[in-house]
Amino acid sequence: MLRLPFFTYLEPKSLADALRMKADAGPDAMFVAGGTDLYPNMKRRHQEPKTVISLMGIPELRRVESTTLGACLTLSELTARPPDRLTAAVSTAARLVSTPLLRNMGTLGGNLCLDTRCNYYNQTYEWRKSIDFCMKKDGHICWVAPSSPRCWAVSSSDVAPVMVAIGAEYRLLGPQGERVVPAGRFYHNDGINYLTKQPDEILVDVRIPKPNGWDAVYHKLRRRGSFDFPVLGVAVWIQWNRKTVADARIVLGGVASYPQEVPEAGTALRGGALSDESIAAAAEEAYRPSKPMDNTDFDLSWRKQMTRVYVSRALQQLRDRRTTPGLDV
Amino acid sequence: MADKRRVIGKALRKVDAAAKVTGATKFADDLAFPRMLFCKLLRSTQPHARIVSIDTSAAAKLDGVQAVLVGQDLPIPFGILPVSQDEHALCIDKARFIGDPVAAVAALTEEAATAATDLIRVDYEPLKSIASAEEAVEHPEPRIHDYGDRGNFHKLIDLEFGDANAGIAEGDMVREDLFFFEGSTHLPMEQHAAVAMWSPDQKLTLWTSTQTPHYVHRALAKVLELPAARIRVIATPNGGGFGGKSDPFNHEIAVAKLAMITGRPVKITLTREEVFYCHRGRHPTLMWVRTGVKKDGAITGMHFRSLLDGGAYGSYGVASTYYTGALQTVTYHIPCYHFQGARAFTNKAPCGPKRGHGTPQPRFALEVHIDKIAEQLGIDPAELRLKTLVPANSLTANYLRVGSMGLGKCIAKVVEGSGWKQKFRKLPRGRGVGLACSSYISGAGLPIYWNNMPHSGVQLKCDRGGGVTVFCGSTEIGQGSDSILAYIVAEVLGIDPFDIAVVTGDTDLTPVDLGSYSSRVTLMSGNAALQAAERARQILAVHAAKKLEIPVDRLSFAERRVYDAKDPKRGMSFAEAVQSAEAAEGTIGTVGSYTPPMSAGKYRGAGVGPSPAYSYSACVAAVDVDPETGIVRVPTIWIAHDVGRSINSAAVIGQVEGSIYMGLGEALMEEMAYRGNRNVVHKIPSLLEYKSPTTLEMCDVITYLVEDPDPNGPFGAKEVGQGPLLPVMPAVANAVYDAVGVRIDEVPITPEKVLKALRKKQKGEPGRHGPESFPDIPWPEPMRVPTPWEGGDGKAVSPGRPAITAERPH
Repeated sequence: MLRLPFFTYLEPKSLADALRMKADAGPDAMFVAGGTDLYPNMKRRHQEPKTVISLMGIPELRRVESTTLGACLTLSELTARPPDRLTAAVSTAARLVSTPLLRNMGTLGGNLCLDTRCNYYNQTYEWRKSIDFCMKKDGHICWVAPSSPRCWAVSSSDVAPVMVAIGAEYRLLGPQGERVVPAGRFYHNDGINYLTKQPDEILVDVRIPKPNGWDAVYHKLRRRGSFDFPVLGVAVWIQWNRKTVADARIVLGGVASYPQEVPEAGTALRGGALSDESIAAAAEEAYRPSKPMDNTDFDLSWRKQMTRVYVSRALQQLRDRRTTPGLDV
Repeated sequence: MADKRRVIGKALRKVDAAAKVTGATKFADDLAFPRMLFCKLLRSTQPHARIVSIDTSAAAKLDGVQAVLVGQDLPIPFGILPVSQDEHALCIDKARFIGDPVAAVAALTEEAATAATDLIRVDYEPLKSIASAEEAVEHPEPRIHDYGDRGNFHKLIDLEFGDANAGIAEGDMVREDLFFFEGSTHLPMEQHAAVAMWSPDQKLTLWTSTQTPHYVHRALAKVLELPAARIRVIATPNGGGFGGKSDPFNHEIAVAKLAMITGRPVKITLTREEVFYCHRGRHPTLMWVRTGVKKDGAITGMHFRSLLDGGAYGSYGVASTYYTGALQTVTYHIPCYHFQGARAFTNKAPCGPKRGHGTPQPRFALEVHIDKIAEQLGIDPAELRLKTLVPANSLTANYLRVGSMGLGKCIAKVVEGSGWKQKFRKLPRGRGVGLACSSYISGAGLPIYWNNMPHSGVQLKCDRGGGVTVFCGSTEIGQGSDSILAYIVAEVLGIDPFDIAVVTGDTDLTPVDLGSYSSRVTLMSGNAALQAAERARQILAVHAAKKLEIPVDRLSFAERRVYDAKDPKRGMSFAEAVQSAEAAEGTIGTVGSYTPPMSAGKYRGAGVGPSPAYSYSACVAAVDVDPETGIVRVPTIWIAHDVGRSINSAAVIGQVEGSIYMGLGEALMEEMAYRGNRNVVHKIPSLLEYKSPTTLEMCDVITYLVEDPDPNGPFGAKEVGQGPLLPVMPAVANAVYDAVGVRIDEVPITPEKVLKALRKKQKGEPGRHGPESFPDIPWPEPMRVPTPWEGGDGKAVSPGRPAITAERPH
């Protein structure tokens, strides 16, 4: 079988201990939460930490307070929360991640920091040797776009597009202290440097905006409903003003190296009701910049075409929800 | 035997079920021995390259490494078919695909063995690689192998039964179609594993997850140059086979050699990625078919061509190629038939037998082709099929002897059960139903290597305590073959199947059975077991009758007793019956064996297709197609299967459902995809990215068993393990057409393809997605065989091209 390499495993009980351990172990150390992303990657030698510092024993990371969700809540815990409109889109996205077994281990923070994926990269060392590796690990070229100076690995988180769409904030703690980053500025469109988080910073928790008439949904496209990563995720947030759209954000997952907001699509909805026409216009605006590459499941042109369909369907769901009595925000 | 059956046909537990579900079953990877070493293979990172040099010195020096092997250490070639001995345990001078094993290491730990393989330096000189069958046709050079019919063709076949062109011309309508069937792999839950042990008395034992211990035994004897008598191969219970564990494999030979060198047990367990490289799965196959039909649907003649992408080695490929042309004739009557088949070598993992072996591809083509013909003629496709069925007890144009034939009953069952008449062409857009049928062999009429010995043997030992042990070389791969032996013997001897010890798949202990492939085990080992059990019953009956002072023919064997059928109280326990027999005759043991009937065809190539009995299936698939996305979902499948007679009805239904499940994957998503422009690397060798349905994607299945006993089967039983897979893919394709009016002449039927065809249709172009042409292939001179109705005797009148290979040793 494919073996995990040897490494030192540490279990801090507090954030301060975790930061100290990381400082002591230096760049060869990595934090881990559920491990559902890191450990398989270590088997394939994507990440090769000599020291792995588990965050799962730190009570502060597992806290839930009205609109604050600790980063080490498991995806199952998020899904099991009583239904409330505020976190409905977040729990929908969490429920759509992988399988129950992996959701029992995988965490909110882990999904938000998920390593970008590419089927030239998520392969064993021997496989990657056959193509002389790629720039994300051990090589020099991006096989998805060989003339490109950057890596095109894909942001494959389900929860991140939702956080960007609803305007959540991430609280980070590092050796320099605490900082709060809007979800939209946590990610880079670069398959290698896809996070603004520093390796020695810990994602502590996520703050969901207070309810004030907004609503959000998440739609996911994948081959098998039972466990695949998204080949397209569509998160839509709408700030309602009675029956009109005061503001809107449409964010695409699985088509770029970061959760890609399409501002033009939001603009197309602003100021009017959600009509068939405005939905079609927003879908068209979202379709245009959606540029999936040939590095996930499915044919890339089909995935691009699906942007239109999935954005329309997400918007229709929001409209249906708005017009269904008793379900008002 | 006049008694009511107590075991046969019942939905009994499998004899090994409790061990399986509690985790007690020991699979090959569960085995551990003192001083055991771990083996890793270094695999080629080049798709096609000369090996200039291999430097293993650094690996050999690594702490914990006990031995390192390279190709020169095992120079004798092997292969499953005598005509394709083209594999080496480790590549000698050339690597032929990414994943081809180049070196092997044995070390104290798996980690050390892995680290050692990293230290082996291989200097490759890359050669032009061939990524598809079409490329192989275009590029005879460089040759991947220095044998084969020509260039990069491994095999070229041209067989003509009657004058097909003249027959086709007699049709009121002639239809031509092109189809493509993508390659797919078996995906057993258990990765291949093997443990070898070399004893101080110079004997080798290999435990291995194989479907064919007998063939592994032969290959080991050949490559290791050891007498077969010094080798014991034990087939461990397989965690799924599906055809993927039917070849002798590199890793089995490597661990055996490493055990011999080190004198220590050596184990290997392949990674999932390596299982993709072992492959031997479905050949990607391009097909062309031309058929003449009368207005009423009667077929007047058929011409069928197939081009198979064989991958890097021969494997079962010659047989697979014949199979793409063999079974077209056993469902609908085809009076004259021309088959041309070609198999190309390419620099990809070798293809071979996957469930249905070479027949799902042409069956897909044929059943969609028939659906199109029915539509063009304006006949309901179920009616058309019913009108053209091959009669029971008949001979086909290519000399296959059909015995019992329940396809008509199967069609009637699914037509009624699915509400076909209310649904076909009547459902709202986006919903559809499709029908397809199929047939499969119950064991091949000929063995893989020519010999005139039985295909299956059973030894049976009766213990004076009342226990019975059945010894048979057959291999339990999860399909229930151990249970079948127990049920049959229990039925005949009137004992509880769970009292029977079943010893199987061990070349030291059990008589040869050729293996768990070709759906042969129930029929062949079942018949051998039946014979052995009847012989034992005869012996016991003689002495029981003497003791009870009644005539032998009045005895009944049931409920662990032997008694007077007319006066059931007068009798003895089964154990007492054994004791009286043993007292009179000594140890009670019998043997049974099975040899299939001679096949009717005598032409070269007639070895593929004949079977003691053919199973039949009919299937209706319901689909929901989303016209905006092209996504196809299959909510329900209705299937009727003619199994002759079920030995265990629950096990039969289990096999039907498993077949549907596998068929659904091939129909909708499975794809052995390679990147031809990126060094022919396998695109997705992992369980996550190679898409196959999970239980949550599985449809509802409504199964009907049609029991029309076949005289050649034990208690009338025919096969069930493979046949029910075949109609799934064409039924889904036909249903997609019914739902949205587009033809997807290619599997898998992915949303991209459906949407493309829908777009074409919107533009007024033909609503079809599929191959557009069939390449020019230098077919050999056809071998002409007159049909039975032309007075033929099964022999060819023109010899065709001189024999390079001898498939049919007559």
